[in-house]
Amino acid sequence: MPCQRHRFYKKALIARSLAILIVLMVTGCEQSILNNPYPDDAEQNVLYSSFSERPKHLDPAISYASNEYAFIGQIYEPPLHYHYLKRPYTLEPRTSTEVPKPQFLDKDGNPLAPDVPLVEVAFSRYRITIKPGIYYQPHPAFALNDFGEPLYLELTALDLKDIQTPADFKQQASRELVAADYIHQIKRFSLPNLHSPIAGFLGNKIVGLEELSKTLSQVSNSQPGQVIDLDDFPLPGAQVVDRYTYEITINGVYPQFVYWLAMPFFSPMPAEATRFYAQPLLQQKNITLDWFPVGSGAYQLAENNPNKRMVLTRNPNFHGASYPTSGTEGDRQAGLLVDAGRPMPFIDQAIFSLEKESIPIWNKFLQGYYDRSGISSDSFDQAVEFGNGADAEVTQELSDKGVSLQSSVATSTIYIGFNMLDPLVGGYSEPQQKLRQAIAIALDMEEYIAIFRNGRGIAMHSPLPPGIFGYQEHHQGINPMVYDWQNGIAVRKPVSTARQLLAEAGYPGGRHQTTNQPLSIHFDTAASGPDAKAFLDWLRKQFAKIDIQLVARSTDYNRFQDKVRSGQVQMYLWGWNADYPDPENFMFLLYGPNSQVPDHGENSSNFQLPEFDQLFEQMRNLPNGIERQVIIDRMVELFYRQSPWAGGFHPQDFALQHSWVSNVKPSHLAHDTLQYQRIDSELRARLRQAWNRPVWWPLGVLVVVVVLLVLPAFLLAWRREHQLPHGRRQ
Amino acid sequence: MIAYLLRRLLYAVPILLGVNLITFALFFVVNSPDDMARKHLGDKRVTTEMVDKWKADHGYDRPLMYAADRNGLARVSDTLFAQHSLRLFLLDFGRADDGRNIGADIRQRMGPSLAIAIPHLLVGLLVYISVALMLAFFRSTYIDFIGVLIAVAMMSISAMFYIIAGQFLLGKLLHLAPISGYQGGLEGFRFLLTPVLVGLVAGLGGSVRWYRTLFLEEIEKDYIRSARARGLGETAVLFRHLLRNALIPILTGVVVVIPTLFMGSLITESFFSIPGLGSYTIDAIRAQDFAVVRAMVFLGSLLYITGLILTDLSYVLVDPRVRLE
Repeated sequence: MPCQRHRFYKKALIARSLAILIVLMVTGCEQSILNNPYPDDAEQNVLYSSFSERPKHLDPAISYASNEYAFIGQIYEPPLHYHYLKRPYTLEPRTSTEVPKPQFLDKDGNPLAPDVPLVEVAFSRYRITIKPGIYYQPHPAFALNDFGEPLYLELTALDLKDIQTPADFKQQASRELVAADYIHQIKRFSLPNLHSPIAGFLGNKIVGLEELSKTLSQVSNSQPGQVIDLDDFPLPGAQVVDRYTYEITINGVYPQFVYWLAMPFFSPMPAEATRFYAQPLLQQKNITLDWFPVGSGAYQLAENNPNKRMVLTRNPNFHGASYPTSGTEGDRQAGLLVDAGRPMPFIDQAIFSLEKESIPIWNKFLQGYYDRSGISSDSFDQAVEFGNGADAEVTQELSDKGVSLQSSVATSTIYIGFNMLDPLVGGYSEPQQKLRQAIAIALDMEEYIAIFRNGRGIAMHSPLPPGIFGYQEHHQGINPMVYDWQNGIAVRKPVSTARQLLAEAGYPGGRHQTTNQPLSIHFDTAASGPDAKAFLDWLRKQFAKIDIQLVARSTDYNRFQDKVRSGQVQMYLWGWNADYPDPENFMFLLYGPNSQVPDHGENSSNFQLPEFDQLFEQMRNLPNGIERQVIIDRMVELFYRQSPWAGGFHPQDFALQHSWVSNVKPSHLAHDTLQYQRIDSELRARLRQAWNRPVWWPLGVLVVVVVLLVLPAFLLAWRREHQLPHGRRQ
Repeated sequence: MIAYLLRRLLYAVPILLGVNLITFALFFVVNSPDDMARKHLGDKRVTTEMVDKWKADHGYDRPLMYAADRNGLARVSDTLFAQHSLRLFLLDFGRADDGRNIGADIRQRMGPSLAIAIPHLLVGLLVYISVALMLAFFRSTYIDFIGVLIAVAMMSISAMFYIIAGQFLLGKLLHLAPISGYQGGLEGFRFLLTPVLVGLVAGLGGSVRWYRTLFLEEIEKDYIRSARARGLGETAVLFRHLLRNALIPILTGVVVVIPTLFMGSLITESFFSIPGLGSYTIDAIRAQDFAVVRAMVFLGSLLYITGLILTDLSYVLVDPRVRLE
């Protein structure tokens, strides 16, 4: 009897505890948010974002991708940067005191007057003076012992036992940014094992860089594994003048060089950092400069686990900057000048979480766990609708949440090009021009943008995208071979015009006029999968409009690149993102000496027209102005007539942001954008709480359903178990 | 038994060599060293000289498998295959093409993969075997019929559907767990809830059918009939006799996967942003990083062989009639 009573009390105790636990769970969890992926962030001044592909490089000498610039742009400080609000993009000093102007030199190094004929210029010298009082982020590479020597330069395995990141070192120190750091970085381009992607290009520009590369290769080959001390190797084209001043000398004239000074390649690199990271034991632990940057920017990389998340935190040594006080027309109305003159950065921390799939990103954005989001094609209809004026706006559901839409045309051109070396679609004779013009008319890029990009893009007329000097709007900017200007808009010429041109090219009805063979053209692409199939079907339909047979040759990206490089394509799809906002950076895609065949340049159409090349050589050395515009117009005219590209578009980026995010202006060339953004974290916390209350009742329903399903089975089992033969019960 | 183990370990050498060879051949059929260099250096402003330099520095300028211009053993040893693949047998995974230490990366990513795989395996075994036993108990009844029907339906649905539905239901609709992400420690439970549940549900149909088949095969045997004839209840027959005797095929399926749990799940890790070894492999394939791909394939084969040997050993433990000679 006592045993039974004990068992009863035990059961009652368990039941009571369970009931209390459930009540606590339900009531307690009502107050907290269970689906919050950031458990300890209540009302913190943190920006949440995501990345889908881990950055390959964070070393500014190697990094050359926008997803990498999203991080190192906040950490490293090149001498110049772009004004955050002004459009067209305008360069302004960042660590330098002013935007440098080139001084022209003759072949003996003597100064020349600024207005000297450019043919007389042998070198251009840029003198850059940096602001004093700029300090690097705290880092163990700067820590010194009592004798003033680096503290962590001869580390042993024992020293590194508990070290996983540079932040784990006890001693952290800093030092002032000096001109020599910029020179050190420029010399690093020539390091043989670094494989800087611009080493080849800048090797031809910066005086002595190519020779330095050769010298260092020899040193590296003769002393394998030996760490090269760059201080032992002078570079004539990059010299320190004094503590805060340095000079870069380039061959000839290259006015676009100043834009390179706003790219992370030209960031300062302290020699202490490169020596520190060169230690083999650190490299074995994956503690490298390519993984843990050392900069002087507004933020430092506090956590680098690109398999999970990357965290930027305020650099405690940041020299400070103020929010711009002026911008472009409409910026004040858009609220982009509310913080004018206030000290930056506004955000304490930025957490970038790895998200490989678009669906979780979208859902987390809707729940308020990401502050901003792009729009994938899967969620486009849920996010955007086109109003009466065909302007894109957010849907009612998102509008009710306070989400706003920002759109901007990228400084990029995606194009379908012809290979001008091909005997069928290439060549410069009039019939060959007409064949390409006919195809350009038939290829309805407006339809492509509507079907495949949800309207996100504008059809290309010339290689230049909007926002780049030389881009023309309205009737001045239309391609007259493809469009007519009617009632204030560009209207694509009718297919009959294309057929007429095709007939004049020698292919009436899509057949060769003498052999009567049908005209068949190959289109090479690296695209594959269902989306690509739909695109290729659409493309075939465009060609079929003028009775041309299109043969699509899909292959993997490697083979596709090989074919383009060796000129074994007829038509192909390619694109270019601007390095800097200058027409030279787009027109060089059609510059003869820059052809893929044989020079492996960026001119994939292998377009070589002497008049165009001559104009390009004039244009690239001119400052923006009427003279330059006239030359660009002439180049664009040649482009229209020759039609080396059948069509294309400039992508339009749509981005959504929550109501608690402010000061965001889309920029495709500025990299240090994080410091300008501001978050209202109180509002975010409140809205997140409202949007994410746990819903428990479906779980209760589920439990009841399971019990109802399982109970009869248990009863049946019990009956079977306790049933004696002949139907009698135990 | 030691002789048996030694023999099995020696058998593993040609198998691993073969796997290495096939991986090597397949990879270089699709990617040439030039492709790898260009992938690494990027699309813009890359010159032929830079490509050649990258290949030379990473050892990809050697002949693939046979160096005709060399003499003697160097014809085979001074090749890409010999230099890059054979050192894996010393468990020296080397460096990825971006310079990172592969061994360190593997050690770091093992934990998250195991955090998903172990609860999935243990809870899965419990649930799948219980449900399968229940169906075996109700064999040839409507419960069995409906159970099998549901199992077939569940195994016909793509795993991707379960993932998206799980994220939608638990994360988006009910707000009970984060949609994706990962965290170590006890707090990480919230992040593991959805992927583990999704994994369980996704595997339920196939596993229940498999275990049910095993149990039904056993249930018709003489010893079961004898147990019943002795007057034992059906529960005792199922748990004490049937389950114990069905352990060998269960072990075959389970023990072999235990070492490979480290390798992670490709799709689950990708959708739930779990920084495990599954996503490491996928990333390496996308980045054309041969060093990581071959290391992961080698490790996978090695662990699989280890699993097979462990399975053989476990037979001895569960069935005294088995002798390894």
